[in-house]
Amino acid sequence: MGARPPVRQGGAELSKPQDVDTAALRARYPDVFSRPASARLATPAMLVAAFAIFVFGLVDLDFSPSRFISGLSQLGWISMMMMPPDPGSSLPLYLQALGETLSIALLGTTLAALLALPVSLLAARNIVPGIVRFPVRRFLDSIRGVDTLIWALVWINVVGLGPFAGVLAIAVSDFGAFGKLFSEAIEGADQKQVEGIRASGGSALHEIRFGLMPQVLPVIAGQVLYFIESNTRSATIIGIVGAGGIGLQLAEQIRVLEWQRVSFLILMILVAVAAIDFISGKLRFAIIGRRAVA
Amino acid sequence: MTLAVSILPEQQLAALNAAYRKVVARKRLRLLAGFAVFVAALIVASIGAEVNLRTFFTYFGNFISYFDRILTLDSGLRVWTDFGEWFWGLRKWLKLLGETLLISYVGTLIGAVLAFALNFFAAENTSPAPWLRFAVRRLLEFARTVPGIVFALIFVMAFGLGPVAGVLAIAIHSTGALGKLFSEFVENADMKPVDGIRSTGASWISCMRFAILPQVSAGYASYALLRFEINVREASVMGFVGAGGIGQELIVAIRKFYYSDVSAILVTIIITVFLIDITTGWVRARLFGKEARN
Repeated sequence: MGARPPVRQGGAELSKPQDVDTAALRARYPDVFSRPASARLATPAMLVAAFAIFVFGLVDLDFSPSRFISGLSQLGWISMMMMPPDPGSSLPLYLQALGETLSIALLGTTLAALLALPVSLLAARNIVPGIVRFPVRRFLDSIRGVDTLIWALVWINVVGLGPFAGVLAIAVSDFGAFGKLFSEAIEGADQKQVEGIRASGGSALHEIRFGLMPQVLPVIAGQVLYFIESNTRSATIIGIVGAGGIGLQLAEQIRVLEWQRVSFLILMILVAVAAIDFISGKLRFAIIGRRAVA
Repeated sequence: MTLAVSILPEQQLAALNAAYRKVVARKRLRLLAGFAVFVAALIVASIGAEVNLRTFFTYFGNFISYFDRILTLDSGLRVWTDFGEWFWGLRKWLKLLGETLLISYVGTLIGAVLAFALNFFAAENTSPAPWLRFAVRRLLEFARTVPGIVFALIFVMAFGLGPVAGVLAIAIHSTGALGKLFSEFVENADMKPVDGIRSTGASWISCMRFAILPQVSAGYASYALLRFEINVREASVMGFVGAGGIGQELIVAIRKFYYSDVSAILVTIIITVFLIDITTGWVRARLFGKEARN
């Protein structure tokens, strides 16, 4: 930032005091007006570094222009082949697969919520001492660190191929997420109600049941509904590794290059997700609204 | 000190009591009905998802013993007794993990740039034309709703096996997710600076550059970092469909029953995800906490 010439337009009497002011300010806050080189160069340096890593990544990951262009033309050709979406003769099969997907999402999320509720109490700061809380939190973190698809592969090894493995995979991976979210909801709850119960001679279980749960349940219900929605998306893909649902059909049709069927399946997924979005949005509003009334 | 408690006449009290009972009863009935519908949905879903409790309980031992097996070396010893043997392929895995990180970095950056280019058209207060806004929003919705791994499957067909497909899949998914978040940011921005700049006769681009961008850029950076974190997880499974990264090695290990390799790769993935979580959290705190002004 260089020294700015005084503004002449407004006349001498206007520009002069401004001049004095800048000089005084300059003297008083030297670090604002002449920032050290390190501070001024930090942002450009970061941008250059970010860009350098980007270019290195492009080279390292084999992004040759010719390959990219031929891939794009291939992609254009594929999209042409996708038109118009057409299920062929297997529409009933696809509908069944979609039902399977929705079932996986609903059951998996419910199971996860039921399992996570007691465990989340063990991970909440205001319920248990830190020595219990720490290992429980790390346990939940490690479960969350493993992707749903990996859990699906593990469960396929246990109960075999099919949607049941998908239900269990979603249940386990959401268990980690719910445990964290629920325990945060519990930590955010108002302690006054709990103290009231304690003051009237309630036991620890009473405190949780009558002081905590009425506050926490609507929050939890909202989160569960939100997860059913997002799990519909996850459930559409776990079929790719063989855990049932519409992803199984999708992966098969992509592998045999039946592009019209692929586009139809993608369309089905989009419609199903939009429908679930709509319904769970309504339900969530109903739950929160009821809470406001009560 | 005595409190003056007004005691209502018996009749009035009875009427109020009855009204209260009725309201509570109606509320309970609604709750019960909702619960019944939910349970019915669960039962239908469990038929749809081929839930088989007998299989589950028969093979649940397998789930436990699976962890027993992945924690055992070929020699029959526990994995942690011989780190050299457990992590025999560490060099190869670290290279693949590096590839995973690069995939998510390049993908996130491309996605963030595209989202940045599109978000002003998608936001209600800055979009130049309603039809443009509608089109961009639908485009972003499409990119967000189709799961990344489905894009990866299709791109593997177009661009061939390898990380290019993974990068593009992550880029598209990030564009959808970030575009929505970015445009919500813009919608929350203060419009007074825009009016000020427009009043000087500036073009639409200048308005965005000098009025909106300074308000939202910190939020953009924060969300892009969060997305990077999510994409690292996603990139770790892109290899399942042949789109590069550590997932390739993991699915081979799972499918071929190289038990100790499974646990070793999972451990490296989980540690990497933790490290990325911590690092991006630190960077975000720095960006938001210290330099919240710009």
